[in-house]
Amino acid sequence: MKLKIIPIILIIFFSIIFIIFFKGLQKTSIYTPDENFEKNVPSFTAKVIKTGVENSSEQLFSGDQFYLMNIWASWCAPCRAEHNFLMKLKVNENLKIIGLNYKDKEKNALNFLKELKNPYDKILVDGDGTIAIDWGAYGVPESFLIHNKKIIKKIIGPIDENLYLDIERLIK
Amino acid sequence: MAQEQSLTYKITKNLRCLVCQGQSVYDSDSDFANSLKIVVQRKVDEGMSENDIYEFLKTKYGEWILYDPGLNKKTYILWLLPILLFLIGGAIIIKKLKLKKT
Repeated sequence: MKLKIIPIILIIFFSIIFIIFFKGLQKTSIYTPDENFEKNVPSFTAKVIKTGVENSSEQLFSGDQFYLMNIWASWCAPCRAEHNFLMKLKVNENLKIIGLNYKDKEKNALNFLKELKNPYDKILVDGDGTIAIDWGAYGVPESFLIHNKKIIKKIIGPIDENLYLDIERLIK
Repeated sequence: MAQEQSLTYKITKNLRCLVCQGQSVYDSDSDFANSLKIVVQRKVDEGMSENDIYEFLKTKYGEWILYDPGLNKKTYILWLLPILLFLIGGAIIIKKLKLKKT
């Protein structure tokens, strides 16, 4: 009787291990950001494109309207795709769009805006990508909807039709 | 200075490059990793400790960014399972030895 217990335990044990690993196989190994990311606007200072005037985050997001912080670059193809939606969002009176130009050449960035028009109320420069890290971003484009100095929505990747409608609904 | 540099090396070795699977930030040359290296170097220069830097990055990117995760609710099985297995194995061996003796 005693001898039979050990093989049974072993079989159960290996089945459990097998199930854990099998489930693990199906789990994505690609980074998916935490749902409960930091909600406070990070504090940073950045220069405005062309003029080079320093701006602090406290100044930037002090108003009581909504802000859309959009990380973009002229070399980023999905940024082109979302540009149209940014132009549509621009007409909202209570939304200010702030661009963060990520690892870009100023000339290319300005040409990009000349070609596709400028949706931004203000464009900040992030030459070495360190400000994007303050925001917990890891690629371009990423957007953050901000109200009362809190991030209320984080968008990874380009804004599409659905996300655009989401934003419109949120800022109403 | 050399010491500070080796601390940056140690920290970036333990950070997962989020955009390139299976590489540490130290090993990667992606835009994200390069920026993160600058950030870590700056924090080290400011005198932040290794753990403070991990904590800072955890608030931004979550536990996933660390290759060496701490002990918490989500990871306790990971840490305790080997110890548990060791104890169970030991118990089985001791029992067998005792059986042989008698």
